[in-house]
Amino acid sequence: MALNTVDREPGYFRDASPGLQVLLLCIVAIILMVLDHRNEYLSGVRKSLSVLLYPVELMVSAPFDLSRAVADSVATRGELQAQNTRLREQALVRDARLQRMAALEGENARLRALLDSTAKVGEDMLIAEIVSVDMNPFRNLIVVNRGGQDGVFVGQPVIDADGVVGQITRDRHYTAEAMLITDVDHAIPVEIARNRLRTIAVGSGELDRLNLPFLPGNADVEEGDLLITSGLGGKFPPGYPVATVREIRSVTGQPFLDIDATPVAALNRMREVLLIKPQDDPAPAEPATNDASDSEPAEEAA
Amino acid sequence: MARPLRIWPVLVTFVAAIAIGITPLPESVQLLRPPLAAMVLIYWVLMWPERIGLLTAFALGIVIDILHGQLLGQNALALSVVTYITLRFHLQIRIFPLWQMTMTVLALLTMIASLQFVVEGIGGFGTMGLGRWPQVIVGTVLWPPVMALLDRVRQQSETPSSTF
Repeated sequence: MALNTVDREPGYFRDASPGLQVLLLCIVAIILMVLDHRNEYLSGVRKSLSVLLYPVELMVSAPFDLSRAVADSVATRGELQAQNTRLREQALVRDARLQRMAALEGENARLRALLDSTAKVGEDMLIAEIVSVDMNPFRNLIVVNRGGQDGVFVGQPVIDADGVVGQITRDRHYTAEAMLITDVDHAIPVEIARNRLRTIAVGSGELDRLNLPFLPGNADVEEGDLLITSGLGGKFPPGYPVATVREIRSVTGQPFLDIDATPVAALNRMREVLLIKPQDDPAPAEPATNDASDSEPAEEAA
Repeated sequence: MARPLRIWPVLVTFVAAIAIGITPLPESVQLLRPPLAAMVLIYWVLMWPERIGLLTAFALGIVIDILHGQLLGQNALALSVVTYITLRFHLQIRIFPLWQMTMTVLALLTMIASLQFVVEGIGGFGTMGLGRWPQVIVGTVLWPPVMALLDRVRQQSETPSSTF
């Protein structure tokens, strides 16, 4: 059997001395890293390699999916009935809220028409499940089971039933990688729902903590304040809940407050997430309206 | 030196190590996950340097980078360098007693962790300080059992015509 012999086909790389080989490989690795650091250059390569590796991920997540499926299918009648009752009650409450939403949306549209600014329409959602694989333990990344083939794109906002989860960072065609709002490299523009005071929430690396490092010592912020997306930056649509303020520490001699916030989304327990699809490409109009409507509170805050 | 081996069992051990590397674990033990793929690589480089060498290391590194969502080339660089060192000294390391070999593995895993630390630092990502150390320690502690297991795989996969 040819495979079993140690004879190899001659090749330039194999014939080179090991020292030269490792030098070459290091140079290639460094070039790859430099290119990849500017995300877009290698996205095609990454995507095709990810597709090749998709079976490995499927293999790893299959037992977990199976155990969930089994748990679902062997649930007792009583459990199912209890769950059904609970869900029906939830649906009722949400429907009731939605009725008011419709009225408010109509009112909002009329007022916006009066102001002659473009109305913000509701967003479409795409439901995605989280693939049961772990990524780098030092980063807060997840893999969702929807990718470029379902219309997922890089930068797409990810939310769950309670609030903002993160955004898509890499498209893998069949799946996609998302960065959670708590990742150390993530920052999200937010405003305090109570007084529209705007700031930025920075990830801490821990799943249950966000940091608000840019509020001055005299800022009007209280423990328990709800932070919602401000819509600035154009990535996240405005108005989605992000976190609640947990602890405010003012350090003597420091101009800024040190504020911790707890994300409202269940970042470590969620199984399904929603990917927000923008409708009808509102990109050109939206930043302009944001600037116009948000400039006043900014001046007040400053 | 020419010990004919079948390649499939070796591939299976690599795939298993990669799969364990991304299996979901509770958050509290995630930082203790041993770098099994690197350990399997070191083992096969020691035992079968004719086939498992720098190119394998590089490819494995790229696979890990993609699955972990890291910078493309980060693991490839670290694993290539460590494989070079292992290749260079494989005849010595192979006849070390177990404790000495385990210490060597500690050094090699430390080197991988340090190289990644440097890359993340230069890349401007949040380096996790000493966060990689528990993995290195757990990997070292697990080396004897992992090696025993892989020895078994190797004996099984040596073809009957072997003269070893």
